[in-house]
Amino acid sequence: MSKRTVELELATPGLNARGQPTRVPLAVDEQREPDLGGEHLLINLGPQHPATHGVLRLVVELDGEQVVRVIPHVGYLHSGFEKLGEYRHYNQIIPLTDRTDYLSPMANNVGLALAAEALMGIEITPRCTVLRVIACEMSRIISHMVWLGTTSIDLGAFTPFLWAFQERERIYNLQEMWTGARLTTSVTRVGGLMADIPDEFVPGLRHFTQTFPRTLAEIDRVLTRNAVWAGRTQGIGVMTKAEAINYSLSGPMLRASGVPYDVRKDKPYLGYETYDFEVPVGEHGDVYDRYLVRLEECHQSNRILQQTLERLPDGPINVDDPRTILPSKSRAMSDMEAMIFHFKQVMEGVKAPVGEAYVGIENPKGELGNYLVSDGTAKPVRWRIRPPSFINLSALPKMAEGHLLSDLIAINASVDIVMGEVDR
Amino acid sequence: MGVANVGHTHREVVAAVRAQAERHLHVMVYGEMIQQPQVDLAARLAGLLPPPLEVVYFLRSLERHADLRVKVELDPAGEMAVDSVVSLWAGANWLEREVYDMFGITFRGHPDLRRILMWETYAEGFPLRKDFPLRGRFSRAEQVRQALNANPEAHYSMEELSIAAAFNELPAEMRERLRRGERGKLPFDE
Repeated sequence: MSKRTVELELATPGLNARGQPTRVPLAVDEQREPDLGGEHLLINLGPQHPATHGVLRLVVELDGEQVVRVIPHVGYLHSGFEKLGEYRHYNQIIPLTDRTDYLSPMANNVGLALAAEALMGIEITPRCTVLRVIACEMSRIISHMVWLGTTSIDLGAFTPFLWAFQERERIYNLQEMWTGARLTTSVTRVGGLMADIPDEFVPGLRHFTQTFPRTLAEIDRVLTRNAVWAGRTQGIGVMTKAEAINYSLSGPMLRASGVPYDVRKDKPYLGYETYDFEVPVGEHGDVYDRYLVRLEECHQSNRILQQTLERLPDGPINVDDPRTILPSKSRAMSDMEAMIFHFKQVMEGVKAPVGEAYVGIENPKGELGNYLVSDGTAKPVRWRIRPPSFINLSALPKMAEGHLLSDLIAINASVDIVMGEVDR
Repeated sequence: MGVANVGHTHREVVAAVRAQAERHLHVMVYGEMIQQPQVDLAARLAGLLPPPLEVVYFLRSLERHADLRVKVELDPAGEMAVDSVVSLWAGANWLEREVYDMFGITFRGHPDLRRILMWETYAEGFPLRKDFPLRGRFSRAEQVRQALNANPEAHYSMEELSIAAAFNELPAEMRERLRRGERGKLPFDE
């Protein structure tokens, strides 16, 4: 570990002759560094600190301003979702998934529904498939917008935060239009969806997809070639390809290190193989590349959303199976059969055969896995979430080692954690 | 071995006695022999127990685009331990800590096997086990009492404080309390 200072030449604002951002040279000046006699300082960061993105607590051992060791403490938001899930019917678990990664609730709903359907062998309708893709990609955009906004604030840029949150607000309006809720959407059901989209939804989403790239271009113009932004993020928190795989990283964290692994391409679900989109891959594995990857992912998600609007088929959103899908209230009150199915589903739940199923989906933060083990009843014996931000966060001590304390904030921000999911 | 009306060591009687002796376990429990219905009941009760815990590993090959799922069944009467895989995959570090925290399965050779989601002094057991009640083992009153009595200073583990140069400059009384791991007292306790 070398002691170093970051020097920024303000005269040439971070650009080389070709107009590309330069990697900021890191100068080491051993003589100007005061000798602190090897004394280490221990400071506590969080759990209530705006830069820890929730209730994360970091105990940092410092040598001067340099991080020697980081000891993360998690669990302040532990709610025991996995235990709660073992006492609930499959459809009753869906509201719990809203509250894990609460920055992309719709994608979590989809993840659990896919796992439960894999367990029960249910094939969903074409319209439901496309609507779920819309749900996943809208979630990706809002999650990345929150990431971009909070990270830019952490590093001293306030304007992108306002732009990003404005875009997020527009998606939230669409989510509210669809589900009646902005944050806790609970949009899926086993075998279908909670509700079909209203008539105004498609024009609303189309308007969003047409205007959203403009905001991305503005953010790109303000940040990508900004000398301060590049200086704070380039060469910081580097994970090599091998390290990223060894630490089981997933999502933008893994792709920024140059590994083109995306569940949507690698193990397609919801017909992602039929959409035309690219998986952005980084090169250096630093905070800057993670930013570039996420920004490009927003463009690609926008492309996918445009394609979904073109192909959105008509038809039912739920499978035609009265054992899994609740009959409509009017039918339940007028038809004997429907009433019996209604009663059985509410009282007994949807039964799954004995077995187990694991379905991983590409969430904004990484691969979200849902592992369900069934003993033949309507409640799972074990429900395990593979929490992407928990696993990505476990690489933080490795990434922060040897960097400055202020870089630790940038690295922690680049992991894109959400404590609801880390602690569950 | 004799029965009055058939004489000594009658073949059928001996066979019957031997058969019964083989079926019954001749251990005195509450002053009586264990009979077959008891054995049957015990077997049925044992069948109702949840199946033994399994540690499931999900492996994914990025090159071959293939999954591998490895299951290790643990003997409930055994030591509930498996070897750690942290030396192979660093990503398993926190995952193994979580399994230890939630199920009480120890991982031999893990570099830092501590509780991760629950706090270090958590004493109620292992929450995700089936015999752990949903509400927790302690009453709400006991949980509140423990939370109020918790010593905020104790949140720094000894390991963390010992690497701090300032440890020796802490008040002697506080150092002593940290060493004992004692809980702090609030002013209104006295």
